[in-house]
Amino acid sequence: MSSTSQLALIARRSVSRTFRQPVLVVPVIAFPLILLAVNASGLSSVTELPGFPTKSYINFAIVVCFVQGALFAAISAGTELASDIQTGFTDRLALTPAKRWVVLAGATAGGASIAVFGSVIYLVVGLIFGVEIDTGVVGALVLLALAIYTAIAFAGIGAWLAVATGSPQAVQGMFPLLFVLLFLSTMSLPLDFIQKEWFATIVEWNPLTYLIDGMRGLVIGGWDASTLLPAIAVATGIMFITFTGASRSLRKRVQRT
Amino acid sequence: MARDNGIEVEGIVRLFGGDIRAVDGVDLSVAPGEIYGFLGPNGAGKSTMVLMLVTLLPPTEGRATVAGFDVAKQGPQVRTVIGAALQAAALDSFLTGNEHMDLQGGLHGLSRNERRTRGAELLERVGLSDAAGRKVGGYSGGMKRRLDLALALLHRPSVLFLDEPTTGLDPQSRSALWAEVERLSREDGVTVFLTTQYLEEADVLADRVGIIDHGKLVAEGTPTELKAGIGQVSLEATPVNPNDRERLAATLARFGEPAAGSPKSVAVRLAAGAAQLADVVRALDADSIEVADLQLHQPSLDDVFLQQTGRSLEGEEVDKEPAS
Repeated sequence: MSSTSQLALIARRSVSRTFRQPVLVVPVIAFPLILLAVNASGLSSVTELPGFPTKSYINFAIVVCFVQGALFAAISAGTELASDIQTGFTDRLALTPAKRWVVLAGATAGGASIAVFGSVIYLVVGLIFGVEIDTGVVGALVLLALAIYTAIAFAGIGAWLAVATGSPQAVQGMFPLLFVLLFLSTMSLPLDFIQKEWFATIVEWNPLTYLIDGMRGLVIGGWDASTLLPAIAVATGIMFITFTGASRSLRKRVQRT
Repeated sequence: MARDNGIEVEGIVRLFGGDIRAVDGVDLSVAPGEIYGFLGPNGAGKSTMVLMLVTLLPPTEGRATVAGFDVAKQGPQVRTVIGAALQAAALDSFLTGNEHMDLQGGLHGLSRNERRTRGAELLERVGLSDAAGRKVGGYSGGMKRRLDLALALLHRPSVLFLDEPTTGLDPQSRSALWAEVERLSREDGVTVFLTTQYLEEADVLADRVGIIDHGKLVAEGTPTELKAGIGQVSLEATPVNPNDRERLAATLARFGEPAAGSPKSVAVRLAAGAAQLADVVRALDADSIEVADLQLHQPSLDDVFLQQTGRSLEGEEVDKEPAS
């Protein structure tokens, strides 16, 4: 059996078990949309500021949902994989001819699939509530693709932590840290609207800023390689680093000969 | 080249943390089609041994082959010929029995049709046909163990590793699992390496038994041979008054060495055999010790363990030096 077929089998199992746990799916859909509603009503007046890039705050804020969805994907993928390690399910898979990377990638599919599902919902809800995407239908599809790509990259963070610790609790403990990272980005305001120097410095160095700006550019700025390419580069970098780290940690954890 | 499905282990060692010798120089050989019982208390090294033989843990020293394949150098080949049900039945509580069969069969390269027919056949054999469409989260412990066994057999392995397969099972489930393991060995010629901490399990099921303690193999043979090595019957007496237990022990000590017994009783291995029974009864009467129960036992595997280690597998410490 090819690695691709093995990956499909393990991924199908991961997706099935994830969608059979409403507790994993509902928050991913509900929380980002609730936060969007709160921000869109509470911060809508910032669009009156001179130079603010759009007159509709929901157009500005919608992409935060996609990044939040990707963060949930990281936690979900990590928790599920850590649980597999703890229960011995990873050993069960290791006793089959499946390769290590197949086990790893397949196990994160459930988390990533939640983000895919969530991204479609955010987009549809956004469009219903008046979001206008400057780059049109093609831009909307690129936005979805970038959101999914980001979710897969973030699933790597969860997977790495899961394999390194083998503890679902340790993975869940990471969630507040990721959320703080989200608040220290261009989530609520563009970078040049942030007055505090220390805050602006952190925002500038925060990788999430580039992901948010890349997605946001598709909604309110039109096609712009200077925001889109850094977003793709950051997601690719996160994916490469985290999956390489996870793969090395898995080699130590499952010392299959 | 045709290969037999035996197991050969030579001087295998597994260290943890540099100095903890979980398995300490074990040599053993399991013949094709044999059921080998690996008996020992918790922490003796049984599971570490199994993990090395199923290629999930590399040995620190020594060599082992399974069906002719080196476990350290030919892991992928070993995994194609073995089936394993490890200590915890690692199942996904959100998947059904059928879905487990489909996943594991697929990863072993079985076609969709094979997965369906073989899966149904095995689930029928382990008595889970009716529950096959239900999520495993609702299964009892016995059902999970039986599904675990069925999964281990899905790709028709010639060597089967079972790590404490009946721990926590009710007597009925235990008997059913024993019957299936025995059938696999007798009818299908599957070699079975079974770890257990249950004396009865090793005694009833295993063709040969290896007793492991602190990582070392302390005795090996058929259950009959091992028990015959002890030679002497034991006598177990339970006093009517629990406060008489020490006096009872002192009286019985005149007739032989301590043996493994229940916490409420005193047991000795009769130095001159069952013929001493009348003398024991007279001594108890002379010392005015009333007994509620008096039994003669043929030697058990626990007696073998006690003789080799100075401890009873059934939990009671017995004050006796281990055999050298």
